[in-house]
Parts: sequence; C-alpha cells; structure tokens
Amino acid sequence: MGNISYNFPIEKDDFERAGEASSKIKKILRQLGMDSSIIRRVAIGAYEAEMNLVIHSLGGTIGITIDPESIIITAEDTGPGIENVQLAMKEGYSTAPDRIREMGFGAGMGLPNMKKCSDSFDIESIVGKGTKIVMKMMLKDGD
Amino acid sequence: MKIREIRDALNAQVLWGEHLLENEILYAFGSDLMSDVLAFVKTGTILLTGLVNSQVIRTAEMADVTAILFVRGKVPDKDVIDLAKENSIAILTTNYTLFTTSGILYNCGLRGIEADKM
Repeated sequence: MGNISYNFPIEKDDFERAGEASSKIKKILRQLGMDSSIIRRVAIGAYEAEMNLVIHSLGGTIGITIDPESIIITAEDTGPGIENVQLAMKEGYSTAPDRIREMGFGAGMGLPNMKKCSDSFDIESIVGKGTKIVMKMMLKDGD
Repeated sequence: MKIREIRDALNAQVLWGEHLLENEILYAFGSDLMSDVLAFVKTGTILLTGLVNSQVIRTAEMADVTAILFVRGKVPDKDVIDLAKENSIAILTTNYTLFTTSGILYNCGLRGIEADKM
C-alpha cells in the first residue's frame, strides 16, 4: 500500500460543521478495512483536534497520512498560538469560555485525550504564528 | 441489557432506531462533558446526557457509542436526530433526571465503566 493523504480545512467558530472532517477520516479508514480499535483512536484524536481548531484557533487544517506502518494526524492552525503549552497539556486546564462549556467542551481534556490516543504526540506553538500538532498511531499486524 | 429493556425500564420514547432495540448494551456512562465521553467510553455503551446538540452525536460517532439516552425530557432538533440516523445510533428520551435514570438502570443490573480499568 502506498501512502494516502487527505487534508481538510477547518473554520474558526463553525460549530455547525465541527466534526465533519473527523467523520470523513473515520469513513476513509473504515473503507480501507482497518481494525475498529485503531479507527476509534484516530477518530477520537482527530475530533479533539478538530474541536480545538473550531473553538480556539483562527482556522486551520486537519490532515491524515496513512503509510504501511502508521497513521499520522496533523492539526495546523494560523494562530493565535498557545502561551504555555505545558499548562495547556494539564488535565482540567482550559481557556474555553462558558458558551463552549455549555456545548460539552472546554473541560481541559482535549490535548491530554489526543496524547492518550497516540503512540507519539508532538505539539509546537508560537504565539502570533500558530500551533502544529502531530499524532502518530502505529499500525500492528491485523490493523 | 437490550435497548428495548432500557426503554421499558425508563418509560423512554425512541426518537430514532426502532429497529436497533434488540442491540445489547454492556455499559452506561452519564456525562455532559463530551471530552470525558471520548476519554472513557468503550464500545457497547449507552450515553446518558442532558446535552442535545450535534456535538453529542459527533462524540458518540467517534467513540463508537451504541445508543444515546437524553434525560430530563430533552429532545434534540431534527437535524441532530438526522445526524444520529446517518450514523446508526439509537436515540431515546426519558423524563427522569440523570441520577434517577442511572439508579433505575443500575437496579436493572447495568453497570458503569470502572475508572481504574479505563
């Protein structure tokens, strides 16, 4: 199998369509006949990243690359960037406003959940420039 | 526990998924925090929640939730029901509160997801 890549644009504050990209990613993996447990991990990681882009960013993209060894999810935005990444990674820490909490998000679990779903998790953020998250899920025999 | 038995125990109304009532539910998880649902839920779970927006269905879709039960008599908009339909997730509503709903289902033998086994 050669590498397969898809990229989905995500708009700021577009709660109507939030989750569509992750839903598409889940369907792609299903069509490829992958194992349900790896699909679930990828879908959850992608969805948390997508919600983060909708809630916190100025807009960005969610990408997926599937190679013979792994699935890589990349979430990239154009700002505003995270001031203290270490703090943002802490369970329960959130800067989301009340209107987001009323929707069931903003509990400070997004980044920790993404890390939990991934075999490797990288985050780089520059205030004023943007944030890039790379989640890698390794494929095992049978996936 | 079958979805049909859950419906009967709670006098719940099936909003979509009459044909899914024989499906087996292994666990229940009650929360209005969708990130907690994503972090903790396993397949074969019924989600008990008071939130009725489309993100509840999206969360259930990603976490492979089998059914959603809205508590406190909440009914989502048609587009939210349509999204559940698109994803083959049974949705029900009951007039009981979250605590009472949980108590009734626990009494029927249904169990939650143990935090130490997550």
